[in-house]
Amino acid sequence: MKLKEVTDEEFLHHGGMACPGCGAYLGLRLALKALGKNTILFNVTGCIATTLIMGVTKIPMIHTLFENGPAIASGVDYGLSALEKREGINLLVYAGDGGTADIGLQSLSGAIERGHDFVYICYDNESYMNTGGQRSGTTPFGAITTTTPAGKKIKGETRPIHLRKDMVEIVAAHGTPYVASASIAYPLDFMEKVKKAAETRGPAYIHLFATCPTGWGADPAKTIEIARLAVQTGMINLFEIVNGERRITVRVRKRKPVEEYLKLQRRFKPLLEDREALKSLQDYVDRKCELLGVDMEDRK
Amino acid sequence: MQEVREVWSGNRAVAESVKRARVQVVSAYPITPQSSVMEYIAKFIHDGELDARMIRVESEHSALSAACGSSLSGARTFTATSSQGLMLMAEVLFFASGLRLPVVMALPNRCLESPVNIWSDHQDSLAVRDSGWIQLYASDVQEVHDMTVQAFKLSEDERILLPSMICYEGFLISHVSEVVNPLPQDLVDEFLPEPDPKWAVFDIENPFQVNELLTPEGFPEYRYKQHKAMLRAVDVYTEIGREFARIFGREYSPVRGFMHEDADVLIVGIGSIMSTARQVVKELRERGEKVGTVELKMFRPFPEKEFRELTENARILAVMDKDIGFGSSGMVYPDITRVWYNRDGPSALNFIVGLGGREVVPETIHRIYRIAKDTDPDKIEEDVFWPDTMTEVID
Ligand SMILES: Cc1ncc(C[n+]2csc(CCOP(=O)(O)OP(=O)(O)O)c2C)c(N)n1
Ligand code: SF4
Repeated sequence: MKLKEVTDEEFLHHGGMACPGCGAYLGLRLALKALGKNTILFNVTGCIATTLIMGVTKIPMIHTLFENGPAIASGVDYGLSALEKREGINLLVYAGDGGTADIGLQSLSGAIERGHDFVYICYDNESYMNTGGQRSGTTPFGAITTTTPAGKKIKGETRPIHLRKDMVEIVAAHGTPYVASASIAYPLDFMEKVKKAAETRGPAYIHLFATCPTGWGADPAKTIEIARLAVQTGMINLFEIVNGERRITVRVRKRKPVEEYLKLQRRFKPLLEDREALKSLQDYVDRKCELLGVDMEDRK
Repeated sequence: MQEVREVWSGNRAVAESVKRARVQVVSAYPITPQSSVMEYIAKFIHDGELDARMIRVESEHSALSAACGSSLSGARTFTATSSQGLMLMAEVLFFASGLRLPVVMALPNRCLESPVNIWSDHQDSLAVRDSGWIQLYASDVQEVHDMTVQAFKLSEDERILLPSMICYEGFLISHVSEVVNPLPQDLVDEFLPEPDPKWAVFDIENPFQVNELLTPEGFPEYRYKQHKAMLRAVDVYTEIGREFARIFGREYSPVRGFMHEDADVLIVGIGSIMSTARQVVKELRERGEKVGTVELKMFRPFPEKEFRELTENARILAVMDKDIGFGSSGMVYPDITRVWYNRDGPSALNFIVGLGGREVVPETIHRIYRIAKDTDPDKIEEDVFWPDTMTEVID
C-alpha cells in the first residue's frame, strides 16, 4: 500500500477522549481509513470503547460488553444476512488485549470456528488500561502494572516472557484464513493488512501493537518511536499468515538491543536494573527472531 | 376451527411455535432440559421447513450476545436455555433489556447448583426476575405453544420493545407429552405478521452509536422509560390475549382465577404446580370448601391491578413458591404482599415447595390449604412454611 492510496477521509470526528499519544486510538483511525464507510464497528469494552462517546464515530457503532464482541458480531452477520442486508458491509471488532486474550478468548474462538465473516483487531497495550492499568495475559515479563507493582520483594510481572499469551499463534491454530501482526508505527503495512483482512471471506485477525504512554510511563510524543523500536529490537515481529503461509512483512536490518526499547518506558525500570533478566530476555528475542527469519540478510 | 390434534412435549411445542412465528435467527447452547428445543429447530431448518439461520454458539453468554446482535440487525430472534445457562447469560440479560431488544427466550425451568440437580424448580428464572425481561409462565404444553407465539407479538410491540422469556418447568412440561391443538400457520401469520423492525439500528447511511455511556444526567430517566415500557406490557398482553382468543379460541390474561370469586382461601403461584392446585381445589370444592386458585401467567411485569381484583374477596392467600430467596421468603411472595400491604385485603402466607424437583403432590397442597384455612389473619406469627421439606430432621 502506498501513502497516496490512503484516503483523506476521517471516520472519527474530533472529540474522542483518548489520552495524548494513544496508540490504540490511532490504530482505530487507521483501520477505519482502510475499511471505509461501509463498516459496522463493535467496540469492545476497554479504553477505546470508553473514549468513543457522544457520536464520535461516523459509522454505526455498538459498545459491546467486555467479552462478547465477536458473539454480537456473529449475530449481526446472520441477522443482516437473514434480511438480505449483509452485502458490502465490513464487521470490525476492535478490542483490547484483555478483551481478546483473557475474558473474550472464548467468544472470539467460537466466532472464528463458526466461520463468521468479520475482521477482528486486537489493540495490544499489554494491560487493562480502562480499569487503571492492571496486568493482562499479554503483559510482558518484568513490566510494572498496578497488579504487578515494583515492590520491595517482587518487582513487576514474573511470568516468563515465553508464557505470555501469543494471540497470533492461537488464532492461526484455528485455521483462520487471514492472521497478521501489525504495529501503529508501520501504518501502511497495517492498513494493507486491514484491507486484506476485509477482503478475506470468513474470519480475519490482526494483532496490533499499540503504545500506551499513560500505562507504560512514556512520553506521549514518543508513541511512534517506541512502537518502531519494538519492531526494530525484535520484541514485536510483523508478519502475516495467509491460509497457513507465513510471510514476514517488515524485516529488520541491524536489530537493536532490547534495552533501547525498554528504556523509554518507566514500566521496565526494575527490569533494566536486572542484568541477568535482561540477558535472558535478549536471548529469547534473538531465538524468536531467528526462528521467524526477521533479520535482514546482512549486507556487510 | 378445524380440530387437529397432536401429541407434543413442551419442548416440541416451543419449536413448533418458533417455526410458525417464522423466526429468522436462532442462537442457543444446549443444556438439559432445553436441548431438544434446539434439536427440533435444527431439524426444521435442515428439512427446509423453517427458513432460519442457527448460530450454534460456544456458550450461553455468546448465545444471548449473538441473539442481541441479530435482533439489533432487525431479525426476529429466538434463544432458549435453562438453569446454569441462564446464570451464565446474566450479564447479557440486562444488556438485552437495556437495549430494548425483542428477543424471545424459552426457559424450561431447572434448579441451580450446588448441589448438582437437573430437576425443576423456579430458582433460575426468579433469580433474574429483575433483569428487565418480561416473564410469562406456562402451566401445560398447550400454553407453552400458545405463549411462545404471543411472546413475539408482545416483545415486538412498539409500545414495549422488551425481551420476553417463556418459563415452563423442566421435564414436568418440557418432556411430558400432552395432546395439543397446533396453531394453524395461516392464522399465526394473521396474528403475528412479519416484523417491521423499527428497532433495527445498523444503517450505514444513518449511523448512530448504540450503547453509549450514559451519565447520571440521563440514566434515571432512561431506566424510568424502560420501567414504564415494562408496566405497559400488562395491558398490551391483555390486549394480545383477547386477540388470541378471537382468532384461536383460547383465553389468556396476565392473571387467571379459578373458582376464586367466593373463595375464602386462594392458592397463588406460577407454573405447573398450579395445574395440580386446580385439581385439589376441585376436590375440596366437592367437599364444600371455599377455595380457589389465582395463577400468575405473567410475573414480570407484575400485574398488580389485575391480581388485586381477583383476590380482593379472599381472607387469606396461600402463596406457593418453588424457589427460595435465601434469608428472606420465597421470591413470588414479596410481590403478592406488596399488592395488599397498604390496603385492607387478604393476608398472606408463603409455602416453599418442590425444590430441586421434589414432586408437589396433591397431599402437599391439601396440607397448605389446611394451614391457610386454620390461620387467623390477625394472629400470624410465622408466615413462611416448608410443607414438603423434612425441616424437623434439621431444626
Ligand atoms: C465482565 C466484566 N469484567 C470486568 C470489567 C471491567 N473492565 C472494563 S474494561 C477492563 C479492562 C480492559 O482491558 P483491555 O481489554 O486490555 O483494554 P484497554 O482498557 O487496555 O483498552 C476491565 C477489567 C467489565 N467491564 N466487564
Ligand atoms: S490509557 Fe493508554 S490505551 Fe487508554 S486511552 Fe490512554 S493511552 Fe490510550
